[in-house]
Amino acid sequence: MINTNDILETIRMIQDENLDVRTTTMGISLLDCADADIDKACEKVYEKIVRKAGNLVAVGESIEKKYGIPIVNKRVSVTPIAMLAGISGGDPVKYARTLDKAARTIGINFIGGYSALTQKGFSAGDEALIASIPQALSETELVCASVNIGSTKAGINMDAVRTMGSIVRRTAELTSDRQCIGAAKLVIFCNAPEDNPFMAGAFHGPGEPDCVINVGVSGPGVVRAALAKMDDTADLSAVSDMIKRTAFKVTRMGQLVGTEASKALGVPFGIVDLSLAPTPAVGDSVAYILEEIGLEQCGACGTTAALAMLNDAVKKGGLMASSNVGGLSGAFIPVTEDAGMIAAARSGALSIEKLEAMTAVCSVGLDMIVIPGDTPADVISGIIADEAAIGMINSKTTAVRVIPAIGAAEGEELDFGGLLGTGPVLHVNTKSPAKMMQRGGRIPAPVQSLKN
Amino acid sequence: MKAVVSVIGRDMVGILAKVSTVCAEANTNVIEVSQSVMQDLFAMVMIIDIAQINCQLETLQARLQERLEGMTIHVMHEDIFNSMHRI
Repeated sequence: MINTNDILETIRMIQDENLDVRTTTMGISLLDCADADIDKACEKVYEKIVRKAGNLVAVGESIEKKYGIPIVNKRVSVTPIAMLAGISGGDPVKYARTLDKAARTIGINFIGGYSALTQKGFSAGDEALIASIPQALSETELVCASVNIGSTKAGINMDAVRTMGSIVRRTAELTSDRQCIGAAKLVIFCNAPEDNPFMAGAFHGPGEPDCVINVGVSGPGVVRAALAKMDDTADLSAVSDMIKRTAFKVTRMGQLVGTEASKALGVPFGIVDLSLAPTPAVGDSVAYILEEIGLEQCGACGTTAALAMLNDAVKKGGLMASSNVGGLSGAFIPVTEDAGMIAAARSGALSIEKLEAMTAVCSVGLDMIVIPGDTPADVISGIIADEAAIGMINSKTTAVRVIPAIGAAEGEELDFGGLLGTGPVLHVNTKSPAKMMQRGGRIPAPVQSLKN
Repeated sequence: MKAVVSVIGRDMVGILAKVSTVCAEANTNVIEVSQSVMQDLFAMVMIIDIAQINCQLETLQARLQERLEGMTIHVMHEDIFNSMHRI
């Protein structure tokens, strides 16, 4: 029989501690929609997305009601559009409009995959797609774009890094009348995972099956509440164990939802992404977990160590709870989406340099950081290159999602509303890396031994 | 197939009676009830068999909520608890 305390614990987690399934994301391969005629290709893309994911929202809602768990987002990721653009030629923005229309028809809140994989160089379609990103993101609302510019196996494509610096700026400029929101839908990756269910970086990798369901769990509030109940003198091994136990329970819930959704939709279940994904809601913050561990404020000396332990314990706890783990899996640190991070950034405790150090041990990278509107493109390229280098050398995923606040300077704020949150403009070191960026070429793949 | 009904709120006369009535109307069989009252806070967990249920779980929850205004009521399929708390 089920224990009453266990029942009440689950109910408390959902009701008071913001436990939810953050996203069920259907990955759809569009390789069979490729066509030499771009208009025909767009028709096939629209038809396939609506056919495969037409029921996604309804199925998600019925699972929410059956188990009483909120499933916050229902989303779709597709094959990197650069591959289709390479075959069809023409203006890639047509694909973006098609994705946006399909997303509206099926009622999802984001669709990812306006993407290109360029870690070793540009193939047909890549350059055209990248050049079209600013226009695509300003003309559409639900489309998310990502570009992979490096990997541990391939090194870093510095030509792509240089280009992306100006693409990020241009994207922000074209949406400057809407809080520069375009840049919040654009992620630049190193070692991008092909099965990531989280936006804005989700795309359906070419090695994935035709159609698959991936689930992203959440639960920073639950972890923090569990730690708050511990004795302040409990040692860090005990803290780590508590995080593991909590992550296990949260992940089991994700596994259940994924299995149910896959059965109801008749689509294979891919992975559970074991992530602590914060929201701006008070109590749903990764920064507060770090502070609960024992920091005066997130960003203090010791933050990187606390985050490293948190990230590792989440993975250890979650791994046994799911039959297949994948995606980004770990703790996210998106500044504008996390109440504790916003507070730390406002008070000056959190700088972009500290965030960069934190990304060496967390699951993603410099995420949702607002930078001054006059930051030159070369400096943004420098930020991207630094972050990619951390990912490449440490064989992990890193990413950059910075938002140049056009027309705003340090001390001012951008407010995106909803899950994307709000955040102050952070100081950026503007000494120029222009000469390095102009060199272009590739940073060769790193040695895999002599790890010091 | 079983579901868990939980009711939390201020204690008053007839909570259990109302919950059981609504469950019976939905053709579900009560298997186990555990309830306690601490000061004036009422907490009840009821496990019901839903093999022959004649409505959706959400409808059952809505009917309970209608009869017991002001109480916090959850109706959830048992699998969520089994998967979270059992290996």
